[in-house]
Amino acid sequence: MDILRAILALPSGGSTVADRIDLLHGFVITVTMLVSTFVFVTAAWFTARYHRKQDDQLTENVSATRGGEAVLIVGILSMFLLWWVIGFRQYVEVRDPPEGSEVVYVDAKQWMWKFAYADGRVSNDALTVPVGRPIKLVMTSRDVIHSFYVPGFRVKQDVLPGRYTTLWFEVKEPGTYPIWCAEYCGVSHSLMRGEVRALGADDYARWKRQGDRPPPDADCGRGPGSCGDTSLVEQGRLVAERRQCVACHTLDGQKHIGPTWARLYGSERVLADGRRVIADEGYLTRSMMEPTADVVAGYREVMPSYRGTLTAGETSALVELIRSLRDAPAPSGITLPRLEVTAASDGGTSP
Amino acid sequence: MSSSIPIRPAEHFENLERQAHAARLGMWVFLATEVLLFGAAFALFATYQVQFPHAFKLGVEHNTKVLGSLNTGVLLLSSTLVATGVHALRAGHRKVASWLVTATIGLGLVFLVIKGIEYGKHFDEGIYPGGAGHWFAEHHDRGLAEFWTLYFGMTALHAIHVTIGACVLGALLSSILRGRLGQENAHRLEVGAIYWHLVDVIWIFLWPLFYLA
Amino acid sequence: MSTTPLAPAASPAPEASHAPGASPRPVAHPSYLGVDTTLRSWLLTTDHKRIGVLYLVTLLATMALGGFFALALRIEHLTPNATIVSAMTYNRMFTLHGVIMVWLFLIPSIPSSFGNFVLPMMVGAKDVAFPRLNLLSYWIFVAGSILVLLSTGIGGIDTGWTFYPPYSSISATAVPLALLGVFIIGFSTILTGLNFIVTTHTMRAKGVGWMRLPLFVWSIYATSIIQVLATPVLGMVLLFVVVDNGLGWGLFDPARGGDPVLYQHLFWFYSHPAVYIMVLPGMGVVSEVVASYARKNPFSYKAIAYSSLGIAFVGFLTWGHHMFVAGMSKFDAGAFGVLSMLVAVFSAIKVFNWTWTLKRGAVALKTPLLYIFAFLFLFVFGGMTGVATASMSLDVHWHDTYFIVAHFHFIMVGGTLTAFLAGLHYWFPKMCGRMYPERLGMLSAALVFAGFFVTFFPQFLLGNAGMPRRYFNYPPQFQVLHIVSTVGSWVLAAGLILTAFYFLWSLRWGAPAGPNPWGSRSFEWRTASPPPKHNFRREPPFEIDPYDYTQPLPDEVYQ
Ligand code: HEA
Ligand code: HEA
Ligand code: HEC
Ligand code: CUA
Ligand SMILES: [Cu+2]
Repeated sequence: MDILRAILALPSGGSTVADRIDLLHGFVITVTMLVSTFVFVTAAWFTARYHRKQDDQLTENVSATRGGEAVLIVGILSMFLLWWVIGFRQYVEVRDPPEGSEVVYVDAKQWMWKFAYADGRVSNDALTVPVGRPIKLVMTSRDVIHSFYVPGFRVKQDVLPGRYTTLWFEVKEPGTYPIWCAEYCGVSHSLMRGEVRALGADDYARWKRQGDRPPPDADCGRGPGSCGDTSLVEQGRLVAERRQCVACHTLDGQKHIGPTWARLYGSERVLADGRRVIADEGYLTRSMMEPTADVVAGYREVMPSYRGTLTAGETSALVELIRSLRDAPAPSGITLPRLEVTAASDGGTSP
Repeated sequence: MSSSIPIRPAEHFENLERQAHAARLGMWVFLATEVLLFGAAFALFATYQVQFPHAFKLGVEHNTKVLGSLNTGVLLLSSTLVATGVHALRAGHRKVASWLVTATIGLGLVFLVIKGIEYGKHFDEGIYPGGAGHWFAEHHDRGLAEFWTLYFGMTALHAIHVTIGACVLGALLSSILRGRLGQENAHRLEVGAIYWHLVDVIWIFLWPLFYLA
Repeated sequence: MSTTPLAPAASPAPEASHAPGASPRPVAHPSYLGVDTTLRSWLLTTDHKRIGVLYLVTLLATMALGGFFALALRIEHLTPNATIVSAMTYNRMFTLHGVIMVWLFLIPSIPSSFGNFVLPMMVGAKDVAFPRLNLLSYWIFVAGSILVLLSTGIGGIDTGWTFYPPYSSISATAVPLALLGVFIIGFSTILTGLNFIVTTHTMRAKGVGWMRLPLFVWSIYATSIIQVLATPVLGMVLLFVVVDNGLGWGLFDPARGGDPVLYQHLFWFYSHPAVYIMVLPGMGVVSEVVASYARKNPFSYKAIAYSSLGIAFVGFLTWGHHMFVAGMSKFDAGAFGVLSMLVAVFSAIKVFNWTWTLKRGAVALKTPLLYIFAFLFLFVFGGMTGVATASMSLDVHWHDTYFIVAHFHFIMVGGTLTAFLAGLHYWFPKMCGRMYPERLGMLSAALVFAGFFVTFFPQFLLGNAGMPRRYFNYPPQFQVLHIVSTVGSWVLAAGLILTAFYFLWSLRWGAPAGPNPWGSRSFEWRTASPPPKHNFRREPPFEIDPYDYTQPLPDEVYQ
């Protein structure tokens, strides 16, 4: 199995269905290689064997026999149908969630994944699940079509606005498995990533109690004192990465999905409703907890609320980080072309 | 009546007969294309109707049966006239044929006028495609926007076809009047008439969709 | 339908030249290239051969443009993040690459250029049934292409060539203009198809029965049926997307009850048959070239001919295999899967027939045949990966990854583009009266094959590893394979540019070809190269089978 995966460049199979699907994969690809090579070699061999000897050489008519044709057709068709039968059965299995699966709700939007667990918890871009139990995702989209794809599990399902689709999997081994968006959904389609964090029974129970616990070595950023002498600003950077703020915000002055954090602190912000406010600590915190309260002019209301997600320590680290950027140098060199920005910021509003 | 200009086949055809055969076949193939063009729109309509039966019923009821049915009559009559025109031309009655074709074009225009009156009514009531307009503020059923979008889309496309058909017949009429179209190559008028029948037939399908049912 | 002769020079009636005692020595007559050389005479020509040449030149230009975008895409992927362009530019580029390659190049490629040039000769006609419609179709094509290219100037379009709503309904790019362009090109496709259908039915010369048509005609005929029946459906949905995006009608907008998946159904109802529009003409070229260089009758004429029709009709029933993960019912998915298997069998029949045509032939390995070998290998590989994808559980993993990108490039580039190049080499002597340099031809064929393989084989592996398509940024673990692929694209480009060069060179300095350099039997070779305006000065005896290599040609040239 591992050799097969290595040859085919397949990621390790994290889900219960992966092994069988990969076997079919190996089967069809082997036949594909054999048949295409066979055809090519036969053609080459005929060419060598029946090489033209003189310029005006004539040939006898050679024609297929009925029997030969029939054997060929039946042979090929049965090979194809065999694949189809295996493939269809696996497909049905992949599509039908088993009874008693644990349900997680997925809300996709440009360009992030939101997960809502049965106990009321929510998270962005990170889906925490226990191993050994079937998980059923009930998914919908707020804007355009996305597609939920976990290569490690061999599962994928389009996520549509206006209706719900489902997908299920059962993880075999604890670990993290990347989630990618597989349906083109706008400029940052390729950044619409997340991960499945599969935890063993104990870890999962702990997570249920405590919420997101970063792996021990990255405990940093959990608030003052959580990682020795690292400054609060450094912790802010870590949090910004872990919480995916940087998916939308830059620290170097470039405009992205959201405004840059460089030279934000203390500046006067023009809001969409015409108000002007000074970006102080209160404003920054409010922007994280209630992003829709003060929408910056020229941006869309796409930022999710982090109320209940960010711990107090994390929030202060973020605010400290933004404060530290108040004298950041002017954006260097490249800024994204203008069209870029309009297209990016207009991309999702219905006319 | 004899033609003022001798009518010969185009140079890549052996004879007029073959040319006529080609022209007829060409038109039938073209009709197949047209049928699939509208077929796609009918598929859209059917799907949405299944999804929103109530809204579609409401939409149909809102349409004026009288105007729609009147238009059906107008088109049916025009089709009969142009078919008679082809017969007349084949029999060599150029004058009769030209009058019949003129009448057909006239009826086509009548159709367009009636259609225009209907559109005007809709706009007055505040019905625009895509669910825009104040009518939709009073009628909330999901699917109404889809109904009216399809209504405007499909009837407008049909109206464009009527216009094109009238232009084609107009060109043929001028050929008849200038003596380039006569008994020998009556297939040209026939081909034009086939197109006109198609436009008519499409309406026969649109009519129950948007006015009866 | 015209009743007034358009061209000034009326040809003498064919009977005259058949008269006994007509001079056996060909009299010098101006070729179709020589009759009138003004620019106007070219742009307003109704001669099917000239229109074929016009298309060919235009299509080579659009292909070079599409290829330019492709090379840029590949260069961008040298590094995981921005290399030469920004995300938005990248998204516009792959969309334009797809749109240009599909609608501005591949769909019209073989039918409109070679089809126009040789099909009337193959059925023994003086021209297509509606020459003026043919010219109109060319200019409609040019107009539509210009619209598509104009849209690039005013913001491009970033939806992918599939234009899925609701994204395409709200994208702030020039969606309406580009889609109108594609819509207009659709008319051109339909008119060309219509012309070929009617020509095949009504213009066959005496003696050319259906079973005596060269196989190329069969495949173009089958292609035309798809063009006429599928294109209008695309036209209709595109129009609704145009008004959705441009006027906000929202027919596919879920907020108003619209159904984006319905769009996908209608789009693929066209676009799956359209992939056979793209490959069937290539298959026609393969049939001609194989028989010609093997100098033998096709292993089974009827099987090849009828499987073209089989593909054309069953191809209409498989569209749903593009939507296995779009949320269709399991039953529908299963049905579409099994129908895809059925349609694949027709292709398999053809493949084995071509291969066995070589058996007991007198095979001469020339450049076109070399391209056909590449075709056989790459098409079978690409086709079988298509069948693999239709084995539905695998598609769940592969859908919208580079595996799919590799699948369709194997067929469209490895298959059709290769067949197009084979046809270009095969018919070039007929079109221009001069030979291309054989050695360079072989060399560039080898370069194209090697470059192609290095470009696209790694993409299968990328797809297996999970690399989604239409990704501007990608996780760094994929970089090695991306670099290999990019390097391959340069080799491929080198092969194509070399080809372009020696063709340009041969136009002027190539060795004169003579009427029938390959000793082929099908009818287009029975006249001078380049052919006279009305194709045959003296009609060949069409009673001879176009694949009869059991006896010498009775009279080489009927010019
Ligand atoms: C006909 C169809 C066709 C052809 C020929 C090609 C040709 C090529 N394609 Fe493309 N491709 C598509 C159709 C095609 N493609 C489609 C439909 C998509 C999907 C788009 C979407 O997602 O919406 C796609 C997407 C696509 C992608 C994926 C982008 C993404 O998902 O992010 C990539 C990436 O590598 C790629 C690469 C290439 C390359 C390297 C070639 C090379 O083979 C190109 C080689 C050509 C040249 C280098 C030109 C050089 C030629 C000359 C200079 C003149 C020649 C003159 C004579 C011969 C006389 N293509
Ligand atoms: C010319 C173009 C072309 C052609 C001919 C084909 C041919 C086929 N295609 Fe492909 N396809 C595309 C172009 C093409 N395709 C494109 C552009 C896309 C992507 C669109 C997009 O999303 O952008 C696509 C996507 C695509 C998908 C969807 C993938 C996805 O998005 O998830 C599927 C799924 O079933 C598929 C299947 C097939 C099949 C079964 C065939 C069959 O017709 C192939 C038949 C041929 C053979 C099978 C080879 C010969 C066989 C033998 C020699 C048999 C010997 C066998 C044995 C003895 C066992 N194709
Ligand atoms: C989906 C993209 C997205 C993510 C993820 C995101 N933001 Fe934002 N953010 C925005 C957008 C768009 C705006 C501007 C509109 C608004 O004010 O709501 C914004 C505005 C802000 C502002 C106000 C900035 C100003 O210029 O006034 C702050 C502060 C902020 N975000 C902090 C954060 C933090 C901290 C995180 C992570 C914990 C985060 N954002 C994650 C999109 C995002
Ligand atoms: Cu979301 Cu792509
Ligand atoms: Cu398909």
